Amino acid sequence: MNNMPAILVLAPLLGAFFACLAAWIQKQLSYYIALAAMAVSCFAAVSVLTDVITSGTMQYRMAGWAPPMGIELRIDLLNAMVLVLISAIAFVNLVASVKNVEQEISDRAPSFYVMYLLFVVGLLGVTATGDLFNLYVLIEITSLTSYTLIALGDKDRAPLAALNYIFIGVIGASFYLLGVGYLYITTGSLNMADVAVILKGIQGSSAVLTAFILCILGVWIKMALFPLHVWLPNAYAFAPVGFARVVAPLMTKVMVYVMVRLMVTVFGLEYIFETLNLADAVVWLAVTAILAGAFTALFQKDLKKMLAYIIVCEIGYMVGGAWLGNSLGMTGAILHILNDGLMTFALFLAVGNIIYMRRQTAFSDLSGLFAAMPWTMAGFVLAGLSIIGVPPTCGFFSKWYLVLGAFEAGAYHFAAALIISSLVCAVLFFKVFEICFFEADSGAGDHNPAKVITEAPVSMLASLGLVSVAIIAAGIYAGTIVDTIILPFLQ
Amino acid sequence: MEILISIKPLLTVLVPLLVIPILVSSSQKPNVREAWIFGAGFVMFFLVASMVPAVLSGSKIVFTLFELAPGADIAFQVDGLGMLFALVAGSLYIVTSLYSIGYMRGLKEHGQTRFVSFFALAISATMGAAFSANLLTLYLFYEILSLATYPLVAHHEDAKSRISARRYLVFILGTSIGLVLPAMIYCYHVTGTLAFSTAGIFAGQLSKPAATVLLLMFVFGFAKAGIMPFHSWLPAAMVAPTPVSALLHAVAVVKVGVFSIVRVITGIFGVDLLAHFNLGVVVMVIASFTIIVSSCIALSQDELKRRLAFSTISQLSYIVFGVALLSPSGQLGGVIHILMHAFGKITLFFCAGAIFVATGKKYISQMKGLGRQMPVTFAAFFIGSLGVIGLPPTGGFYSKWNLILGTLEAGQTIFMVVLLVSSFLNAFYFLPIVYQAFFGKGKDDLSGARVKIQEANLCLVLPLAITALASIGLFFFPQMFVDLITLGLNL
Repeated sequence: MNNMPAILVLAPLLGAFFACLAAWIQKQLSYYIALAAMAVSCFAAVSVLTDVITSGTMQYRMAGWAPPMGIELRIDLLNAMVLVLISAIAFVNLVASVKNVEQEISDRAPSFYVMYLLFVVGLLGVTATGDLFNLYVLIEITSLTSYTLIALGDKDRAPLAALNYIFIGVIGASFYLLGVGYLYITTGSLNMADVAVILKGIQGSSAVLTAFILCILGVWIKMALFPLHVWLPNAYAFAPVGFARVVAPLMTKVMVYVMVRLMVTVFGLEYIFETLNLADAVVWLAVTAILAGAFTALFQKDLKKMLAYIIVCEIGYMVGGAWLGNSLGMTGAILHILNDGLMTFALFLAVGNIIYMRRQTAFSDLSGLFAAMPWTMAGFVLAGLSIIGVPPTCGFFSKWYLVLGAFEAGAYHFAAALIISSLVCAVLFFKVFEICFFEADSGAGDHNPAKVITEAPVSMLASLGLVSVAIIAAGIYAGTIVDTIILPFLQ
Repeated sequence: MEILISIKPLLTVLVPLLVIPILVSSSQKPNVREAWIFGAGFVMFFLVASMVPAVLSGSKIVFTLFELAPGADIAFQVDGLGMLFALVAGSLYIVTSLYSIGYMRGLKEHGQTRFVSFFALAISATMGAAFSANLLTLYLFYEILSLATYPLVAHHEDAKSRISARRYLVFILGTSIGLVLPAMIYCYHVTGTLAFSTAGIFAGQLSKPAATVLLLMFVFGFAKAGIMPFHSWLPAAMVAPTPVSALLHAVAVVKVGVFSIVRVITGIFGVDLLAHFNLGVVVMVIASFTIIVSSCIALSQDELKRRLAFSTISQLSYIVFGVALLSPSGQLGGVIHILMHAFGKITLFFCAGAIFVATGKKYISQMKGLGRQMPVTFAAFFIGSLGVIGLPPTGGFYSKWNLILGTLEAGQTIFMVVLLVSSFLNAFYFLPIVYQAFFGKGKDDLSGARVKIQEANLCLVLPLAITALASIGLFFFPQMFVDLITLGLNL
């Protein structure tokens, strides 16, 4: 039996345990253990993806117990892709973050790494599991760790933001749990594949409808779909930057994955689009989310806040695409999980570099950045263009599928929302570029004339460079990704 | 028609792209840097030239880079039309490179490495646009060109260039994302392909209202063509250093806009479909309006570069006008104006820059009597003016001749008046400049004193002499280009 699926999740879990112990001996040791654990996990994820592509869906029974009694990891093309995304981002971010952590929370660095690993365990587990209740437990693991990690951030404002997140997060998780309860009552099973088979016979049942709505609502709260998003901007903006840049690209995307999983695998697209009559309303909700996110971002005066609202907007892209009811829209939504993960990560990497050098990300502190940090800004510009949707960056190609899907479904309002938000994003980013380019660095003074390059350390720049290459590569190979991963999954 | 598969079109695009890292790394050694630019320019030009015989013999050179979805790939094709444009841009890039050495060093401009790097990126994108095999590829390079030109417009980093660069971006990026992108995706949604074909891609799948809306979205969406009311970015962009105005805002950028419209009219809709719906007239009315109004505005401009900019706006619409005539001579006249206007207008811009470097003057009212001091420059200016007005012995005569012939062929005699009126206006706003320069008396002219000849440096004078002579040469030898267009448009 191929143990890679288990190693994938267990490596960071064991890593967390040993990192915790190692901190008693020497603080720095916990970082290296975390790094090694993530490297192993990343390797396992890539190997699982190649296996799944060549030989199809992988089922791994934890401790050999057969489902539906035992817990099953079930990895098909979709979650194999998301697993690679999670482990790769978590690994690269560790490389990039070590200096940020030293600077921001050096006294609590070991606890940061331990919590970080547990958070990643949660994300990987949520993605890999084939069990509905297991999914709930793992969501709680990600949530609990992220509460603590966010609270480590900004001394004045982070605790409140974290508290806010706890309240809303608990409500979201409870909704989901309640939904799973209903499913268990009606089907007597918690295994996704098993539940899906049983549900086919009882589609008219109002208990199933209740279960579906509760589960989806819970997931939406967790993914910050407008208007359930209020917890997100503060939580992400005040978190320590080493954590912000892993939670921002991944947490919401993993919840989108859960939504797609519930729709495609558990309840079935046929049930959702033919029995239920919700698709139109949800697409409208997505349109509102896109526009609200984009326009609220316009009013922000801080880079991190602006990016946080862009995430709210991007969530609308994916929810809308998934609910269009055709395979083009779903393709766009799934492709955007990957692409948006990469671009958001790149943007937050750049933000981390800026914070490392300048400590601030208010717009007024960004002046002269092109002259001072040309490489960081190059990465930032590339990621920004990808958010706007300029080819050949990957953001263009997911937008391509989403708009095409919108036309096919006759959802012209969704297509219009996508175009408008692209335009608003162009305004947002070029506003920032203008400040960084035209305004001379006021704080520089005479002793440090402008044009002197003060770049972030190499480890941070290399990470950003790597992700920038990935953004272009994901764009160029968008067709290949769709053909080998997304379309076979949807069939 | 023979189809040849060759990597040459890709190489043409890659050469200027690959030289950029070298330019950046040799920023401390300007002579080495400039040598590389010329190297790249010549290699690129010879690559283009080496494909001429094949294209003239009726073959088409194709190369597919990667496929996004069936019918939508990133692919190159070299046909007569693309070849014509690539020859123009490629040859003028070399001349402009020489000119910009003289200009940038003459004025001791800052950021020269940034300048030449983005210039190279812009020319690479122009070549890509010329060799695009389908609308998606064309859009890709169109967008890259927009973004590559932004730092060039913003070059001076002051408040004025900030506003101009912003306006540039709002118009160019706003229209391409807001109009072209949805129109393009809609075309793909309807037909499942975006590849150019002289028969058009719609094959009866489009009603007249839909065709009208799509056509207008394209014509206005490619705002680089400067069709009113999306023209005002062009005069604003004149804040850029003159080599940018010369090559990019008289040749490469604006003509990529026009070229895109030509491609859409001849390759996406097809002449037959537009003739069937009688839509050519719609475009002609829009173009005629732009021709007359911008010529009138040009009359009132005192800043030489602004007058040239408004002249460009009106001349660009000649090209759109000619193609929209849908008659063989009209299309020939329109497309060959890409070439003829390029040589005429770049000469005029070169002169404007040379005058500015030599004397610091940019207003026409200051240029009285200047012709006696700079005879070569003003002689070239005269030839350039003839070319733009369309008088023999310059190539411009050839395009105007065919345009007028085209209106007769198409039975649109009223529109002939537009051409004639506009020619008069052109003469009114150009010839007095030359007359005043040679025969007028400036304020500081001492009566009777002999004016010393004081031209700008050789790097500036040589290019403008070359392009002026070429402009005359094209009057005598237009045949190769006529053949290219005839083959490219299947006339």
